[in-house]
Amino acid sequence: MRFYEYESRAIVAKAGIPVTKHGFAKTALEAREIAEEIAGPVVIKSQVLTGGRMKAGGVQFAETPDEAARHAENVLELEIGGHMPRGVLVDSRAAVKHEYYAGVVWDGIRKQPVMLFSDMGGIDIEEVAEEHPDHVARGHFSTLRPFSDWQAKQVIASLGITGSALNRLTPILARLARLFLEYDMTLAEINPLSELEDGAFVALDAHMDMENEARSRQQALLRELGVGDEETRQAREATPFELAGEEVDAQDHRGVAGNVTEFDGNLGLVIGAGGGSLTLFDAVRAHGGHPANYCEIGGTPSVRKACGLAKLVLSKPGVERIAVMMSIVSNTRVDIVARGVIKACIELGFDPAEKIAIFRIPGAWEEEGFKILEKYGIDYADRSVSLDGAAKRAVEKIQGSAG
Amino acid sequence: MSILVDENTTFIVQGITGREAVNLTRECLDYGKGAKIVGGVTPGRRGRDVHGVPVFDTVAQAVEHHGGPIDGSVVTVPPAFTKDAVFEALENGIKLVVIVTERIPRGDVAQMVELARERDARIIGPNCLGIIVPDVIKMGGIGGPARDAAKSYSPGPVGVISRSGGMTTEMSSTLTAAGLGQSTAVSIGGDAIIGSSYAELMPLFEADPETEALVIYTEPGGRMEAELARWVSDNHSRLPIVAFMAGRFMDEMPGMSFGHAGTIVEGKEDTATEKIARLAEAGIVVAEEISQIPSIVAEKIAERAGSIT
Repeated sequence: MRFYEYESRAIVAKAGIPVTKHGFAKTALEAREIAEEIAGPVVIKSQVLTGGRMKAGGVQFAETPDEAARHAENVLELEIGGHMPRGVLVDSRAAVKHEYYAGVVWDGIRKQPVMLFSDMGGIDIEEVAEEHPDHVARGHFSTLRPFSDWQAKQVIASLGITGSALNRLTPILARLARLFLEYDMTLAEINPLSELEDGAFVALDAHMDMENEARSRQQALLRELGVGDEETRQAREATPFELAGEEVDAQDHRGVAGNVTEFDGNLGLVIGAGGGSLTLFDAVRAHGGHPANYCEIGGTPSVRKACGLAKLVLSKPGVERIAVMMSIVSNTRVDIVARGVIKACIELGFDPAEKIAIFRIPGAWEEEGFKILEKYGIDYADRSVSLDGAAKRAVEKIQGSAG
Repeated sequence: MSILVDENTTFIVQGITGREAVNLTRECLDYGKGAKIVGGVTPGRRGRDVHGVPVFDTVAQAVEHHGGPIDGSVVTVPPAFTKDAVFEALENGIKLVVIVTERIPRGDVAQMVELARERDARIIGPNCLGIIVPDVIKMGGIGGPARDAAKSYSPGPVGVISRSGGMTTEMSSTLTAAGLGQSTAVSIGGDAIIGSSYAELMPLFEADPETEALVIYTEPGGRMEAELARWVSDNHSRLPIVAFMAGRFMDEMPGMSFGHAGTIVEGKEDTATEKIARLAEAGIVVAEEISQIPSIVAEKIAERAGSIT
């Protein structure tokens, strides 16, 4: 989950990394008050979970509190990349002498966190790494042993940085590395990390991503920042249809029948498991089909849960038929999913044989499942029909019915 | 032959009294030549048994009861307790840990992997279904109940490595239907950091005389495929590899994760398109559909046999 800049700044400040005097405002009035307190030139920055703020006009400079309020009013109304801002950050305008970059990410190959440091800050680190690789230093570090400052020092010094700059930058990178592990981040980045004319080093912008799996054990931090459990912070906000999918999945703790993502096609998908869903979604599209949704069934869901998911998909406006497909199951039971989707059709007043374009789930309890499907006259396939073949059959049927 | 496990492999199940672990234990005991499950561990449940397998409070008790080192452990405890369970296994001399649990934060996984390296042990998973050597042994839930696993898996020359547990079975079943059995199939897990990647299993398959080709299932996210491509090029692998890439649609949806936690695309090298290009450069065939895989594998095996004779 991604944090807003104002939250990321609070996280680095909490870790003891210096930041400029700033505040978060939800109204122009609040922005004016913060600007008055700063008592100098300020920057107004839109708080959105997307890049390209500068280009979109989401960053404005103001000399006076009045000007700050005016800019804040405009920026608060400005949509950036489909996102409305949550507020604005009002920041002191600092006289910058030099910009550095400090970041920590996971290296999935080495299976360790890696510090990244550059003396070319303020721009995208991937760009620097490509065009000026000699200006990017890296250092992996252990997750078992306590982080020691020399590890940060060694990375920074490898770029030729010495003197007081080295001694001031070292604790900042070290604190960033420690907070990365302590708060289960997947990305902790300060860019730019600025050296000011007065010799101070401050985090002028910060970007933090926390691992979703760690949210439960990071409750203290999330509460402190005011992040609610309902905030998914995905790349795009959840739609009502997707939220309804989460409700279905939360009915009970047995198995998975959810992870719904909305698309705008006419073929509803009741699919699983993780890898099977990815394969099937690709296959439907490869055959010219238009999925109405993505979803996942996995583990051992109840009939009620499978039924709830199928009902949700069947009720989605524009859905003509559904395809019920999974890779060969070993603990999900074929008969239970069959019962669930048939029940959903009947309860919504549909003929299952008409509404279910194809049922392709082979595996555990398949004999029992196939018997039920036969009874209702549903077109089903066993493992002799590939995932791709099943997807093709579903697409052909729906195109046939449309034409 | 096989990799990682064989009919003599002994293992324990940590979290054995959980509902799914009880089923998993039954499945492994029933499959092939019958797994040698020498104990189970659930704190506070010492003295019970699960399908005849004695339950202990600690791994140390299980080792003592067995009277010698135990080869492996299947860990099926809740995410908040997994790191501790894996550390316990590693510190008690266990060299192969299969982690079934999903939703473990990366920081914990990195610690387990680091300790495993120090103890000269190997981790498979997390978020995986384990390892199967057809008709011999299965360690983990892979393939499901013995009767179902027997339908999908058959012995033969193809090694299988997959980031998806279900797709390990789907691909093996497709191979089996075409008369191509498997030497060993490994579900390596769907997370961003896992104990054993494709490249890390390659030397084992390379050294296994029975394996003549490899089939891998891949997804967007991470650099594991690039790592494999590099390994294959650097080591002049004798094994032809056929890959299947799922989740191509995700390239249009940056920042979203589907299917498994590890599919989150965090850099440009992580996309399906980039990975397909990397694999192809290394001579790895990327099949468009799973149903094409058996004929490509058969052709590659025949080609290799032809070039040797």
